[in-house]
Amino acid sequence: MQKTSKELRDIRTKTKLVFEKTRIMICCGTGCTSSKSDKILEELQKINKELGANVIVEKTGCFGFCAKGPIIVIEPDQTFYEMVNIEDSEEIIKAVMNGTKVERLMPEEDDKFIQKWHELNFYKKQKRLALRNCGYINPEDIDEYIAVDGYLALEKVLTGLSPDQVINEVIKSGIRGRGGAGFPTGKKWQFTKSAQNDVKYVCCNADEGDPGAFMDRSILEGDPHSVLEAMAIAGFAIGSNQGYIYVRAEYPIAVQRLNIAIKQATEYGLLGANILSTDFDFNIELRLGAGAFVCGEETALMNSIEGKRGEPRPRPPFPAFKGLFGKPTLLNNVETYANICQIILNGGDWYAKVGTESSKGTKVFALGGNINNVGLVEVPMGTTLREIVFDIGGGIPEGKKFKAAQTGGPSGGCIPTEHLDIPIDYESLTSIGSMMGSGGLIVMDDSKCMVNIAKFFLEFTVDESCGKCPTCRIGTKRMLEILTRITEGKGKIEDIERLEKLSKVMKSASLCGLGQTASNPVMSTLRYFRDEYIDHIENKRCAAGQCKTLTKVLIDPEKCKQCGICQKSCPTNAIKGEVRKGPYEIDQSKCIKCGVCITKCPFKAISK
Amino acid sequence: MSHCEGCNGCSVDEKVVEITKKYINVDGGIIAALHEVQDEYGYIPESVQKYLSKELDVPMSDIYGIITFYSRFSLLPKGKYNIQVCMGTACYVKGSEDVLNKFKDELNVKVGEVTEDGKFSLESIRCIGACGLAPAIVINEEVYGKMSPDKVKEVLSKYN
Repeated sequence: MQKTSKELRDIRTKTKLVFEKTRIMICCGTGCTSSKSDKILEELQKINKELGANVIVEKTGCFGFCAKGPIIVIEPDQTFYEMVNIEDSEEIIKAVMNGTKVERLMPEEDDKFIQKWHELNFYKKQKRLALRNCGYINPEDIDEYIAVDGYLALEKVLTGLSPDQVINEVIKSGIRGRGGAGFPTGKKWQFTKSAQNDVKYVCCNADEGDPGAFMDRSILEGDPHSVLEAMAIAGFAIGSNQGYIYVRAEYPIAVQRLNIAIKQATEYGLLGANILSTDFDFNIELRLGAGAFVCGEETALMNSIEGKRGEPRPRPPFPAFKGLFGKPTLLNNVETYANICQIILNGGDWYAKVGTESSKGTKVFALGGNINNVGLVEVPMGTTLREIVFDIGGGIPEGKKFKAAQTGGPSGGCIPTEHLDIPIDYESLTSIGSMMGSGGLIVMDDSKCMVNIAKFFLEFTVDESCGKCPTCRIGTKRMLEILTRITEGKGKIEDIERLEKLSKVMKSASLCGLGQTASNPVMSTLRYFRDEYIDHIENKRCAAGQCKTLTKVLIDPEKCKQCGICQKSCPTNAIKGEVRKGPYEIDQSKCIKCGVCITKCPFKAISK
Repeated sequence: MSHCEGCNGCSVDEKVVEITKKYINVDGGIIAALHEVQDEYGYIPESVQKYLSKELDVPMSDIYGIITFYSRFSLLPKGKYNIQVCMGTACYVKGSEDVLNKFKDELNVKVGEVTEDGKFSLESIRCIGACGLAPAIVINEEVYGKMSPDKVKEVLSKYN
């Protein structure tokens, strides 16, 4: 049933009252679902019924603190339960009934139980704008989205603003593309509006291909309507009636929730014909990606929506003038769209107050790798890397030291310790040889070999290069061959120069962003960890012990107690010896350097 | 069963006919159709490719081009249990390569291959988004987090 503005207001008021009641919110994003939060939800609902507790038990989106999953938050008092098990369900429901808390599930910091989730160190320096509704509403219930002022921005736009006024607010906000390149969003809207054509398209890039990044997925899983609403606003602003969301098929939960959201919004008349009784029509279709990294590039993405191989097209013509099906097309990233409704509601000036001079607003990062608090964090632009890694991320586990952080995935670079205090924004990251990228932030400790990491990223780009332009297709392959040589101790000192030359050619002559940036991981590690490359080449040594050909696993005969535990753990039977008949020895020709024996030896007698 | 016009050489299930119907007038619908076929069969049989080519008016060469371009589509059937080891950056820095190697040794297959009995197939994939559980693997729909090489045997034994 199509809703009128008044009916939407009524839903808003009614559902806001529900928010004042006790609600048990459990994260059912991909991370927590992987640790069976969906089963816990079922169990909680079952017990809720059995005990007649009559509390609201709902799924919600990502809280971001994935390291502590599955996570439950009790609203409205914001109690945070971490690492919840299915067996805890009854106790949780009973505690709610008795007005108490399950203290053993609550996080402790400085010997004190943390009462509200925002008080955790992990959240103190965060500012959740794009993620504002993740963890607060049920993403599968449009009424809850409406209650947090959802579809109010669309109403404001359709009933009181002109397309130019909408675009002006976006320009004033200073928001730049969150997909990585950082192009000013308002400008993009303006260009697409100025293109003359009867048919135009609004696209959303949800093909989050950077391995280790899951910002967009969490937004789609936790707050899908915010993206739909923003796309409709964009459609009004540029003069388009059709939107496409290109989303990875590898994100089944996001796809499912988007489908539900589109269906609900259409039922309410917030998508479709004559939205809110105006003459504006807007429809959204989903298109699934099929596992090609290059489809995150705008022109490749459009080819893929058209049912072709996802190969990029030369630019110009730019998509704003000739994009999808040859028509003017506006393409923005999920996180960019997730900010739009607030910009419209609160004004561009309000948004521009957050962030730095050139980079406004916040940025969501997927914090992963060798860090204590793995998860999703949203910080104002200008926050330093040190604050993210140590204050929010809780530092490096196992007492190891920070070595580097990688931003921008396979297109980005490594940031070493000396730049930990750099404020994060588009320009400063580029100036130190990395890039903002879409938001993957992988932390590496001092046991990681940087040549090996560069090789890992090149393996990725060789795999994902579409093959259309030779500089990328051949260039990445040659680079990988050289890096492989170096990690196997067969490198020559001239190889470093070769890498630098190749990089220059690839940067200047590749067709799309994938090829132009593919050498960044190599160049940035060469810039900051050149000694490691030279050590591999000249001394045939990998100090981190990660390059297997250059590494030997040895048993210290002095420390060996001849117990035989290592022999039993070895997957390739490479360890020779008998119990109590002299120290054990490793047959280097059979050893695969997996390191299992090192972890198993009770006497720490084995090392790389 | 249904045949293409003027040809009795190949036939496809009703299911494929149904899938195809949905995409006959959809711009760029071929990829969506291939997705559904892949989900239905676990791969895209040649007979289905021919049928799609005819019905959706896309040349066979293009269909082959699309299937081989996108890693989600496969020309060959997968094992009963498809093991996917995440090689995203977060898992990689936590040692997923060692886990993958252990699977290779245990199953005696390379990445992309199926065991002789058709029971297991092994794939390396890019980020399943369970970075909090790194290194992670997926067997069919089941996610196993915080993997290590010495847990591989135990995980495999669940499928024996």
